[in-house]
Amino acid sequence: MTARLGWAPYALLLPSLAFLVVFFATPMVQAFALAFEGPTGGFGLTHVERMLRDASFRSALLTTLALVVLVIPIQFALAMAMALVINARLKGEGLWLYVYALPLGISELAAGIVWVSIFTQSGWLNSILMGLGITDRQIVWQSAETPWLLIGAVVIAEAWRATSIIMIILVAGLQSIPREFLEAADVYGATTWQKIRRVVLPMLRPSLQVALILRTILAFQVFATVVAIAGTGLDVLAEEAQRWATDIDNDNVAAAYAGLILLLSMVGTVLFLVLLPTREEHQA
Amino acid sequence: MTAARRQVPMPRRGAGAGRLVERALIYVAATLLALFILVPIYLIAVSAFTPRERAFDFPRSVIPSEVSTDTVLFFLNASGVVDAFWRSVIVAVITLVLALSIGAPAGYAIARYVFRGRSSYRLMVLSTRAFPIVILAIPLAVTYRVWGIDDTVIGVALMHTALALPFTVLITSSVFISVPRELEEAAQTLGCNPLQAFLRVSLPLALPGLAAAAIFTWVLSWNDVFAAVILTLRNPTLPAKILTALTQSPIYFQFAAGFVMLVPSLVVIFFIRRYLLGLWGRVVK
Repeated sequence: MTARLGWAPYALLLPSLAFLVVFFATPMVQAFALAFEGPTGGFGLTHVERMLRDASFRSALLTTLALVVLVIPIQFALAMAMALVINARLKGEGLWLYVYALPLGISELAAGIVWVSIFTQSGWLNSILMGLGITDRQIVWQSAETPWLLIGAVVIAEAWRATSIIMIILVAGLQSIPREFLEAADVYGATTWQKIRRVVLPMLRPSLQVALILRTILAFQVFATVVAIAGTGLDVLAEEAQRWATDIDNDNVAAAYAGLILLLSMVGTVLFLVLLPTREEHQA
Repeated sequence: MTAARRQVPMPRRGAGAGRLVERALIYVAATLLALFILVPIYLIAVSAFTPRERAFDFPRSVIPSEVSTDTVLFFLNASGVVDAFWRSVIVAVITLVLALSIGAPAGYAIARYVFRGRSSYRLMVLSTRAFPIVILAIPLAVTYRVWGIDDTVIGVALMHTALALPFTVLITSSVFISVPRELEEAAQTLGCNPLQAFLRVSLPLALPGLAAAAIFTWVLSWNDVFAAVILTLRNPTLPAKILTALTQSPIYFQFAAGFVMLVPSLVVIFFIRRYLLGLWGRVVK
């Protein structure tokens, strides 16, 4: 029977392969063709140069990098705390998991707006600070004059929105750690902190690696949260790509920006593969 | 996931005062983390149900003195919003149908057959996730102009399908792996052909998992804003419409918009809550 159906798996794969070639591989190649298109066709660096000379290029690159560097550690600390709480099997285990997973379905744009309602001048943060008597005036959190406050607001919004995915990956990783290992640590009188440090974290390496890579790739694409919270007060790479594609109507420079995002993601991926080798890679 | 749940709980060794304090601290941490997630959701809900003329009242009261649908209705009646809403729904449904009808057969093939090229196919699908989606939208916009499907619902849906397909393949393959193949083989010895065995035995058993995968695909599409902004102009999806309206809209419009986009996400996560760990945990491996 297997011989008779030898072609079956290939027939089942074919549509997905064809689709990915047309709508994934081809545009990926086209993006580079667009970015490196010469003035009269062929190869040229005019569009890349134009991107590099773009007035907002520097700030977009630096802001994106700052966001990645600030957001990722905060998200991992939060996700780790959530995952350990889930793994501690409190009463209503499923409910805690559901609450922590809620932001998984929330879009960047919706999350941005949620935090606008908090940071806006007559918003919740100022109302609460005033209610507690900490301040007697409305503090301006969202202003292009204070980019660090804007970055801080975006970091909090991103930490709120995109921690769930890391948490889920870590919980799945924690559940695959054999209970016997922790019980053995218990027998030898290990404290909770020692168990986390010596047993949980080393065994969680592969999950951490995957989550780090996934989150970093996504973090370089940060877009709608920034637009909602900072408006034109902050520039990020994806926003520049969108601006060149829709407002300026120059697909070449837009593609150069997109290519830069791809390049940065790849550097990030390689960095995590090298810095955080999993056990097997260690031995190899 | 169920297997993990059935595992023996940690032995409550030395359940003395130290353990109790530790337990209490974990509950405190759990509550604080839950509040961090839930309080902003509550606050946007209160913001959205505050009537327009009170939107700028300050300080705001955490317990609303007046609940009204005025702001939400204002948003829904704003020009183009309802059209954009339906466009978003249609795009998400087309994406779901396309991704599932193209991706599920591939997922089934990986789960059920051993064949040359299986692991390279899996690796290829996995590696698509290393590429930022941002890079797809711009060249596709150029291609769509050539094909004459720029600024259309189908164009956006095709892009969303490319975005969702790798997930759909991996998720459906993990769903089919969890349906024992012996059942299908038993059906075949009882006279079913492979197709019948699949339709009558595997498919019904895989249905809840497939539904979760479908819902997840739907959310991916519903939430996308970057591709939609690039690919549409006069026919935006809801997030694209809201994003381009942000700068010239009053703040209460934004609150209602944020809330309306948020609600389906919360409902969806509720429906697939049992599958969250299975969907994501296994996709990673």
